[in-house]
Amino acid sequence: MNFATIGQNIVKLTIKYWDKFLLTGLGYTLSLAFITVCVGAIFGALIALLRMSKFPPFKWIAAVYTEIIRGTPMLLQLYLFYFALPQLIPFLNKKQYLCVAIALVCNSAAYVSEIIRSGIQAVDIGQTEAARSLGMSQRLTMTEIILPQAVKNILPALGNEFIMVIKDTSLASTFFIGDLMTQCLLVKGATYLTMEPLIMVAVVYFVLTYGLSKLLGFFERRMRRGDIR
Amino acid sequence: METSDKLIQVVDLKKYYNGDAIKALDGVTLDINRGDVMVIIGPSGSGKSTFLRSLNLLEVPTSGQIIFEGVDITQKKGPDGKKLNIDKHREKMGMVFQHFNLFPHKTILQNMTLAPVKVKGVSQAEADAKALSLLERVGLADRADAFPIQLSGGQKQRVAIVRALAMEPDVMLFDEPTSALDPEMVGEVLDVMKRLARNGMTMAVVTHEMGFAREVGNRVVFMDGGKILEEGSPEQIFNHPQNPRLQDFLSKVL
Repeated sequence: MNFATIGQNIVKLTIKYWDKFLLTGLGYTLSLAFITVCVGAIFGALIALLRMSKFPPFKWIAAVYTEIIRGTPMLLQLYLFYFALPQLIPFLNKKQYLCVAIALVCNSAAYVSEIIRSGIQAVDIGQTEAARSLGMSQRLTMTEIILPQAVKNILPALGNEFIMVIKDTSLASTFFIGDLMTQCLLVKGATYLTMEPLIMVAVVYFVLTYGLSKLLGFFERRMRRGDIR
Repeated sequence: METSDKLIQVVDLKKYYNGDAIKALDGVTLDINRGDVMVIIGPSGSGKSTFLRSLNLLEVPTSGQIIFEGVDITQKKGPDGKKLNIDKHREKMGMVFQHFNLFPHKTILQNMTLAPVKVKGVSQAEADAKALSLLERVGLADRADAFPIQLSGGQKQRVAIVRALAMEPDVMLFDEPTSALDPEMVGEVLDVMKRLARNGMTMAVVTHEMGFAREVGNRVVFMDGGKILEEGSPEQIFNHPQNPRLQDFLSKVL
């Protein structure tokens, strides 16, 4: 491997294909990750509610769902959704981006539901007991006492989930969705260069996730400072 | 009515875990009268905390009755035939916990006014005024806008007591209120409890403070193995204990 040539090639590729990486690729990756986390958080919250419900069948459904999603590889889930969804719902035919987004959402929802559930259950049981002993209903206890405290456990973990999802979206390139990794494959195909596009995309991913995790750390510290006041 | 001076009647209360492998409460029958200061003593694991926590159904008993102000709160349906709303009854039973359980994300004042406003429908201004006067009585009026984390253990427990009092309960349940405190802070909490007792509040207190039991209690209950083994005035219990287990217990703690 000749590092000097690789360096030169990277400069050339950057000039020629920068828009493919930084506009198209980054755009698809970020939008996919953003949709996944936002919609995944909503569904995750619903699944967490089911999981904590007093009605056993709800509990089982949620438990089975999360266990299956967490117990099978993400790539496999992508394939399943990609091929099964258009057959089940004709509307999704030829809409690869949507199919992949749905698969990612379903995957992320399972993980997010566990984040929310553990965040809620990490709040000291004494808080519930104190609230209930004051005559507060279960609902009031949840909204006034438990959730405000649980949010402090949940938000940092949700941020980490966002970073995980950004990296997971690279699997979507299997179906040439247009994300960063897809651009990497396209440039590789067009130029017959292997190392260079890989290195370039790696840099973009790293800057993105590292920057985000620093940002999260900043917010987390601010939130903890709010605790002490 | 016969129940007029009986605030809480407990009839054959049982709490079993794992089928009937663990008998936390094994048939407890007891009346708590208005104005009683009942102190429950006994070794660890004797069921005294379980008993106290059953009174407002934080622990759901396996069987038995708890009749609070004429209503059996262990039933699913109230006397009017509708679903029994335990929240309505819990409002009237204040509870103080070993670990204070103040709400850390709310100020002292918010801790005290939340339930009166949201549960009883008192106006915020009225609840604030009441909370401040209660805080004044325990010498913490200047900490109204502080957060729980800024308070010492003794201060936290005094706030927890007045938080319960802000709901104007008919009975106060104390679950080892001084056990998590530094020794030098025990006194300030016991002082508040003594004053409460002198003002006629009905109290049930689980504690290891034998001095408090002797001085403030009008009835002392000794529990072991989920049963009440002896019950009587502080004089009877501490000076003339009959049950050998009680004699043994007292010889170790006094």
